[in-house]
Amino acid sequence: MLTLVIFLPLAVALALPGVPRRAVPWTWLGVSVVELALVAAMWAAHGTGGGTSFETDARWIPSVRAGYHVGVDGLSLPLLALTAVLFATCAVYSLRNTHRVRAFAMLFLFLETVCLGLFAALDLLLFFVFFDLSIVGMYFVILLWGHEDRARSALKFFLYTFLGSLVLLLGFIGLYLGADPHTFDMVELTRTPPFAGSPGLAGLTLLAVGAGLAIKTPVVPFHTWLPPAHTDAPAAGSAVLAGVMLKMGTYGLVRIAMPLLPDAWRRYALVMLVVGLVSVLYGAFVALAQDNVKRLVAYTSVNHMGYIVLALGAAGYAAGDTDARRLAVTGAVTQMVSHGLVTGALFLLCGVLHDRAGSYDIGRFGGVARRAPVFAGLVAVAAFASLGLPGLSGFIAEFQIFAGTIGTGTAATAVTGALAVAGILVTAALFLRVLHLVVLGQPGELTPRVTDVRRPELAALVPLLALSLLIGVAPRVLLDTIEPLSAAVVALVGR
Amino acid sequence: MSAALRGVWGVVPPQKAGMIPGWGSGLVVDELSVFLLVTLAVVLVAVLAYAWADGYGVRFHALMLLFAAAMAVTVTASDLLLLLMGWEVMGAMSYALIGYVWSDPERVRSADVAFLTTRAADMGLYAAAGFAVAGAHSLKLDDLATANAPWRDLIAAGVVVAALGKSAQLPFSFWLSRAMAGPSPVSALLHSAAMVVAGAYLLLRLRPLLDATGWAATTVSWAGALTALLLGAVALAQRDLKQLLAASTCAQIGFMVLAAGAGAVDGGTAHLIAHAAVKSLLFLCAGVWLTRRGTHRVVDVAFGIGAVALAGVPPLSLWVTKDEVLAGVGSSALLAVGFAASVLSAAYAGKALLRLFQAAERVPVPLAQRIPLAGLAVAGAGLGVLGLPGILGEAGPVAWESALAGAFAVLTVGVVVAVRRVPEPAWALRWFWLERAALAGVVRPGFAVARALARFDDRVVDGAVEGVARGGRWTAGLARRRVELRVDGLVGAVGRAARGLAALARRPQTGQVHLYFAQAAVVLAVLVLVAVLAG
Repeated sequence: MLTLVIFLPLAVALALPGVPRRAVPWTWLGVSVVELALVAAMWAAHGTGGGTSFETDARWIPSVRAGYHVGVDGLSLPLLALTAVLFATCAVYSLRNTHRVRAFAMLFLFLETVCLGLFAALDLLLFFVFFDLSIVGMYFVILLWGHEDRARSALKFFLYTFLGSLVLLLGFIGLYLGADPHTFDMVELTRTPPFAGSPGLAGLTLLAVGAGLAIKTPVVPFHTWLPPAHTDAPAAGSAVLAGVMLKMGTYGLVRIAMPLLPDAWRRYALVMLVVGLVSVLYGAFVALAQDNVKRLVAYTSVNHMGYIVLALGAAGYAAGDTDARRLAVTGAVTQMVSHGLVTGALFLLCGVLHDRAGSYDIGRFGGVARRAPVFAGLVAVAAFASLGLPGLSGFIAEFQIFAGTIGTGTAATAVTGALAVAGILVTAALFLRVLHLVVLGQPGELTPRVTDVRRPELAALVPLLALSLLIGVAPRVLLDTIEPLSAAVVALVGR
Repeated sequence: MSAALRGVWGVVPPQKAGMIPGWGSGLVVDELSVFLLVTLAVVLVAVLAYAWADGYGVRFHALMLLFAAAMAVTVTASDLLLLLMGWEVMGAMSYALIGYVWSDPERVRSADVAFLTTRAADMGLYAAAGFAVAGAHSLKLDDLATANAPWRDLIAAGVVVAALGKSAQLPFSFWLSRAMAGPSPVSALLHSAAMVVAGAYLLLRLRPLLDATGWAATTVSWAGALTALLLGAVALAQRDLKQLLAASTCAQIGFMVLAAGAGAVDGGTAHLIAHAAVKSLLFLCAGVWLTRRGTHRVVDVAFGIGAVALAGVPPLSLWVTKDEVLAGVGSSALLAVGFAASVLSAAYAGKALLRLFQAAERVPVPLAQRIPLAGLAVAGAGLGVLGLPGILGEAGPVAWESALAGAFAVLTVGVVVAVRRVPEPAWALRWFWLERAALAGVVRPGFAVARALARFDDRVVDGAVEGVARGGRWTAGLARRRVELRVDGLVGAVGRAARGLAALARRPQTGQVHLYFAQAAVVLAVLVLVAVLAG
């Protein structure tokens, strides 16, 4: 079943050239909805227990003991669901697209398979293949459907993240060689972590794996590919890039770096804490100074992903309180989902603005709420969700991250956690600035061009924000699934 | 607290919400929150009835109801998570309500200031939640006082900062001046039973935590007393009625905060409730004057009662409740400050009362507005009964102190009304330039840091990446121009050398036998020579 879920979009993509042109958007939407239903069914079947469901382990490259090994657990299910939701949203949002619709749909279906495969992979080599293919797919999305300086941005994105993936591959090879017997299988590697007796090699491997994933996440100072890629990508591409693909970095940290290299993770937990803290504050401050709204949202991604790294760093303090560390890991995973939903919505809203007025410059708008009240309301909800207003998903995630990080109870975690709290004030300031300059106040130069959201746009945005509201008000739906996984990860890191 | 009243809320079971697995959270109505809930409900009804006559739309009502619901969650939450949820939503709704007329950039700016100031203080509560997990292994409000030593002080510090910010105590008071940008019904609710009193409520609720640390109780007492005194001076200096009322809110909440610090929880609660009635009444009256550009007898009478009550004139409500607070204060220095603040409150209330002597046109005021005003006036006058022993009056005010305070209040109001003017300290007119200080000390440096970091990001961080890319291209160019040439040249040289050698080798190949023979003889001779020498 899992294999079907992963490869169904690809199969449909291959069949798409045979579909009449007018039916292409609806086919795309149809398969996205089916995917969503299948993932929901898998989640329902898995329930809130621990362990891995829907496991498949087939021979693939036996000479290096790499297999087609996939499965889902409390970490992958929320991300699979997020992937399915965001891709369905993009399909709805793009219903009115006219530019090379067929190729666009094929590419997105291909990317959906890649993203689903990555979040289900239980083999390092398989993970790496999906990791690399996602970069290739997104490169073409930006190159072919982007705007302005798209060729340059796409190339920068490709080269930078591809470099990251090569470093990651080095790390994976290190893990392979460090294991006895040599294997790429994550489950076996988790059972007997490699480099049991050689902390130096383990540290180097963690450096490679960590650096590779850090570029993808991205954390400061490896983030500069993100703003241009987002600015020049199409709205749906940005939504997927920020909503799903950035999660690959932090997902890798929880799935690979923490359980496979527990000793090294504990030893270098302070590095993670500091890198997370710097990303939080640096991302927020740089976002505050941006005048291009899409760049601004891109930098808030650096800030939000920084919270995740911070929490995962705190989870490495084995001396700290176990319950608090679980809280931190649960918060980190919740933040992945929350950031996907909210930032996806924000990028789609940026897309609406650009579609109408051809500009992202917040100084040229103002008083948009008069002519586009629904758009204004959606922007306000998405902005408040992103700045962590309770009742929406961001708060639940960030509260757990702060409480868990500080609550771990060591001096380092308490200090970094307390400093990171300042991030929510800067985020609040920057989103109020956007609301003030774009949505409220007197009309600006481009305001007359802004018309209200159309039906496909509304149909794409409302579910994202509604899910954010659901998680914000009734978080147990999500948290009960994540909780066993957090307990397992904390136990694995602590051994 | 009387046993009879306990029964009323004893039947309300605690509501279990359990937002985060493993960390129980819930809503509970107890002997403190029940008073706040009832006050909130009554003021909300009065304010919405008043607003109905002014014809506000869906957005207004949705925001007001969410605002009130958030306050209800705040006062019933039994743990930090739910408390913070109500607390922050309330802040966001106040933003939306203050900036209700969103097309006016100045009002939006006021909303920005209010939200960011309170959120800056709220960071204390976020951090306090973390410290609570570390120190008490619990988020429950009741467990906070039992946290271990360093954590308990950190929790208290976070809570105190958040509470002072929300309640517009010094040094955060300036946001309340900005909050006046909202419509009058918003001010009436925000200043009385919601938002600003949440900080005082939290301190009253967490009295055991303040006690456990020692220093926190003292700090809170002084913050409250000084705010009551200094913001009283600010109120006295204001020319605008709404600004005067706003400053007086800070000052009156100062008494509640003082009560929390001094341990007079019942007195503080009673003061909170009575003040809610009086202040919502005054704001609604001011709203009538502002929107209808005229007055009505009911409005005049109601405002008069409210202002006299605010002055602390016996036997009206605030006289009783303020005395309850002051009776609980132990330190004589604090008591002196509190007493001075009390006299100041009579002076600014007297100044507000002068408004009634201005000539104003008579205008009709709808019944839907007159009824809430009358009801609030009755409550504002009579809520002193809260101070009776058996309801909220356990400490019992000292008789001579009460008499003295009442006499001072009557005297002050009498003098102000007779003279028709008050001293207006110019240094207090601009709220001690607190907003300007925050702008210069926090906001501008923050933006400067942001711009500097953005430039750093573009030039240094991204510049380094671009530099590496350029470096790669340059190396490639270098390789093509120099290394390639050399390697190619080397290959060419080898070729040329081979050709030269070949040419050399060709020269003996002449095809003439005698030459071949001569060459063979020479080679043989050389071989013989080598053999001889080697042998």
